[in-house]
Amino acid sequence: MPDPKITLAEVEQVARLADAEKEKMRRELDGILTYIDKLRAVDTEGVPPTSRAVPMVNVMREDETTPSCPREDMLANAPDPVGDLFRVPKIIEE
Amino acid sequence: MLTGLSVHELAGRFRRKEATPTQAARAYLDRITALDPKIKAYMTVTADRALAQAAAADARFQSGRPLGLLDGIPLAIKDVLCTRGIRTTCSSRILENFVPPYDATVVTKLLDAGAVILGKLNMDEFAMGSSTENSAFFTTRNPWDLARVPGGSSGGAAAAVAADLAAATLGTDTGGSIRQPAAFCGRVGLKPTYGRVSRYGLVAFASSLDQVGPFGKDVRDAALVLQAIAGHDPMDSTSVDVGVPDYSAELEGGVKGLRIGIPAEYFIEGLDPEVEAAVRAAVETLRDLGAESQSVSLPHTEYGLAAYYVIAPAEASSNLARYDGVKYGLRVPGARDLIDMYSRTRGAGFGAEVKRRVMLGTYALSAGYYDAYYGKALRVRTLVQRDFQRAFERVDVIVAPTTPGVAFKMGEREDPLQMYLNDVFTIPVNLAGLPGVSIPGGFTQTGLPVGLQIIGKAFDEATVLRVARAYEAATAWHERKPELTA
Amino acid sequence: MTQDYETVIGLEVHAQLRTRTKMFCGCSTAFGAPPNTQTCPVCQGMPGTLPVINRRAIEYGIKTALALQCSVNADNRFARKHYYYPDMPKNYQISQYEEPLAEHGRLEVEVGGVSRAIGIQRLHLEEDVGKLVHEGSLETAPSSQVDFNRAGVPLMEIVSLPDMRTPEEAAAYLRSLRAIVVYLGVCDGNMEEGSLRCDANISLRPRGAVEYGTKVEIKNMNSFRNVQHALEYEITRQARALETGERIVQETRLWDPDKGRTVSMRSKEFAHDYRYFPEPDLPPLDVEPAWIERVGATLPELPAARRARFMEAYGLGAYDADLLTGSRALGDYFEATAQACGKPKVAANWVLNELLRELAGDDERALAACPIPPANLADLITLIEDGTISGRIAKDVFEKMYRSGEDARAIVDREGLTQVADAGELSAVVDQVLAQHPKVVEDWKGGKKAARGFLVGQVMKATAGKASPAVVNSLLDEKLPKV
Repeated sequence: MPDPKITLAEVEQVARLADAEKEKMRRELDGILTYIDKLRAVDTEGVPPTSRAVPMVNVMREDETTPSCPREDMLANAPDPVGDLFRVPKIIEE
Repeated sequence: MLTGLSVHELAGRFRRKEATPTQAARAYLDRITALDPKIKAYMTVTADRALAQAAAADARFQSGRPLGLLDGIPLAIKDVLCTRGIRTTCSSRILENFVPPYDATVVTKLLDAGAVILGKLNMDEFAMGSSTENSAFFTTRNPWDLARVPGGSSGGAAAAVAADLAAATLGTDTGGSIRQPAAFCGRVGLKPTYGRVSRYGLVAFASSLDQVGPFGKDVRDAALVLQAIAGHDPMDSTSVDVGVPDYSAELEGGVKGLRIGIPAEYFIEGLDPEVEAAVRAAVETLRDLGAESQSVSLPHTEYGLAAYYVIAPAEASSNLARYDGVKYGLRVPGARDLIDMYSRTRGAGFGAEVKRRVMLGTYALSAGYYDAYYGKALRVRTLVQRDFQRAFERVDVIVAPTTPGVAFKMGEREDPLQMYLNDVFTIPVNLAGLPGVSIPGGFTQTGLPVGLQIIGKAFDEATVLRVARAYEAATAWHERKPELTA
Repeated sequence: MTQDYETVIGLEVHAQLRTRTKMFCGCSTAFGAPPNTQTCPVCQGMPGTLPVINRRAIEYGIKTALALQCSVNADNRFARKHYYYPDMPKNYQISQYEEPLAEHGRLEVEVGGVSRAIGIQRLHLEEDVGKLVHEGSLETAPSSQVDFNRAGVPLMEIVSLPDMRTPEEAAAYLRSLRAIVVYLGVCDGNMEEGSLRCDANISLRPRGAVEYGTKVEIKNMNSFRNVQHALEYEITRQARALETGERIVQETRLWDPDKGRTVSMRSKEFAHDYRYFPEPDLPPLDVEPAWIERVGATLPELPAARRARFMEAYGLGAYDADLLTGSRALGDYFEATAQACGKPKVAANWVLNELLRELAGDDERALAACPIPPANLADLITLIEDGTISGRIAKDVFEKMYRSGEDARAIVDREGLTQVADAGELSAVVDQVLAQHPKVVEDWKGGKKAARGFLVGQVMKATAGKASPAVVNSLLDEKLPKV
């Protein structure tokens, strides 16, 4: 298991923080990751991972249409709707 | 006073025509106006809607055709559940003005049962926290001591019930977010078995852990609300298609011959002596009522917290990826381009705890770290589940403290890790997917509530509630109310 | 000094499934609806929403897997694939990663008469993303606009092994794959509309080398031709680069059909680490053998097998067999006709010439709208074969059948189109024509072969086309020399 050193770059990527906060965040995360390290001590050889409490399989639905939501409802929360579409800034190629 | 009544008492008044839903709604709305400025449980109060719903309930009672026990009952809902046409913020800036065009399934069920919705309740942002201090907007106060936290993340929901600002409320529990605030606020809070209640419309935090559950003034109220919201939902593939029993039917059945387990690993060094005393006394009370008790071992308890703080942030980092300013929610203007827009929006829209968990989660899922973190945590989860399975071969329920301490002062727990330790007794229950309830178990010398946790087998809410009710009937802690004046 | 390079090509095909509804919600998948009218909170990725698996999509996946001789993984599950882009409602795509629906298949591909098996690594299901629209051109538009109608449509991803060695082979693979999914009825196979998409991975290595060269991904090839041309271009580009000692960059390039070259694409996604993990909102799948068997029982005869059978059973040539098996509906039509009249080669002719000329296409819809059922065409053919009508009259009758939907006999009887084959009757007509056109007769005697055709034409005209050409010819053979 790699050393849990979370880097400033990683912190930067996810959060836009002022420099002072970034260092604080990094320290806090490092502390948490160190705590989480105690999982290393558990012997999980041969133990399968569990995603859910109650095992279930094959939950599916039939291929029948249900009414779609009216467009106005879908666009009502849009920050920048343009006609019937959601507008976003372009990616500027470097 | 109508607002002092429980749901079942109020329902009785409606049936006997001694009061009307509109009177009850008005009484609660007036009390909210008078007291909520002090408690700050409510994010949004939907007065007009509530009165309209109450009027419709009035008509049903008048024509002699009420819908059931929840008809006309004023409830409130944690702001993490989508309500059509009503702002749903998750106490986050990134959803500050989000108005969902649909209702969560549990909301639909309550509305179909005739419930009156008073409004939406404050919480820790995106359900991440144990004190409601992580709300982006304001912190809710504990009605028992306004300088203390109500717990979290369902702080508003717990405080509202404790302060009689709603007859009952809905909260959600991922690592203890119903049970811990219930303990801090001296009321009943139930987390059902994972899959018992639909998650459709519950803004996801950790998909494999989240569950919706009721807060009630007493055990019977919790049973009534659970009855209304439980059941399979075809819109939620993780909801289980298993029949819903009548939770009220066995409530007074008593505990004679019932086998109670006391988990050795829960009585740790950091446990507040008053909490420990209350729990041990509770076991004695149950024995006096005819139950048998024995010690059980849940050896992986200490690893539960660590596993949870990998699994929950990992799933959260994924579930929160959608908040990007494209289709709904906050978009910070003035961005240079798309990437800049994403960064600015998420930077401004998420609070520190959310950011922390998103970063942790992103890290735990990244290539090279997956097996060591997420993969490992899921295996430890299996071990935690097996601990409970083994214990339940010998006992019917497990009785334990809900939290290591009582409600702390606002601002007291600044270190995130210290905050996380609040959930050490509640988290394993989420990891195992089992039902758990916190009920009033007494008070400290200084008058702060102590919670008692009862944990049951999967889909055995009925037994959990029965034990809770037996204890409640013998002790009457739930009758005590905080002193609050406008 | 030119090194001899071997080309290594793998194809990744995405096929939109012809289910009525999307992969994880009940919105319609119908093409061409106004923007954002076929969406709901689930496929828009609104907070609190949850996916629910479309059973038919799984079925179509199993069906395709079987047709491609894959082994279906009983235990398979969905996983989240994370990246940020505006056409991604949740900023993760629900796809399959470590446990795909099927693996280890093969597809026989024929190029220049030589057949090779191309390996199929895996087949899995996922949801499609929305569509980005730009005002004006991609370069000059100040912003992008998003339509989420397509978001959530079921996609089947089929990844080949890097077994192809030439662009022709790649195009042939794509054609065969398309034919199969269209035959199965699981996909429209329309590359222009985007219901079938193809990305290629191509690398070069010195001939005889074991290790693969650096591979380049090519996108934006929206037809078989474009696939072939793009790959041909890439081979040239990469060979040239390698020759000058340049390193091949592992990247994604877009094919520009107007300029006839590939262009490097700036990175579109912000993290190449997709952070896959099993989808916690969806329980895993356990595809029981009984289900696989049920689906297997619905498999139709596949194009390659049908083509071979048509050639053998009906004596058709490769070209005709190819055309007739181009669509399942056309093949069905042909076979029904051939079996009803017992004259497969004649039937093939009629279907490929007269019928296809009239129809709007050769697909299911076109055949369903055809006013001439196979039995009626077979009837017409029988009338020709038994001499009731002439070939030329038959063409008229066919057209009338097409317009009116009537059967052949009814038209022939009503309009008295029965062929005249009586030598006595025709003899009189021939005599008359010969008498009327002495100049033409002279021309024929003088060696002008075309003159005879003119005389035959005149007999036809006089008999309103009903004269039996065989009888007319034998009469002319007899009479002309004597004039």
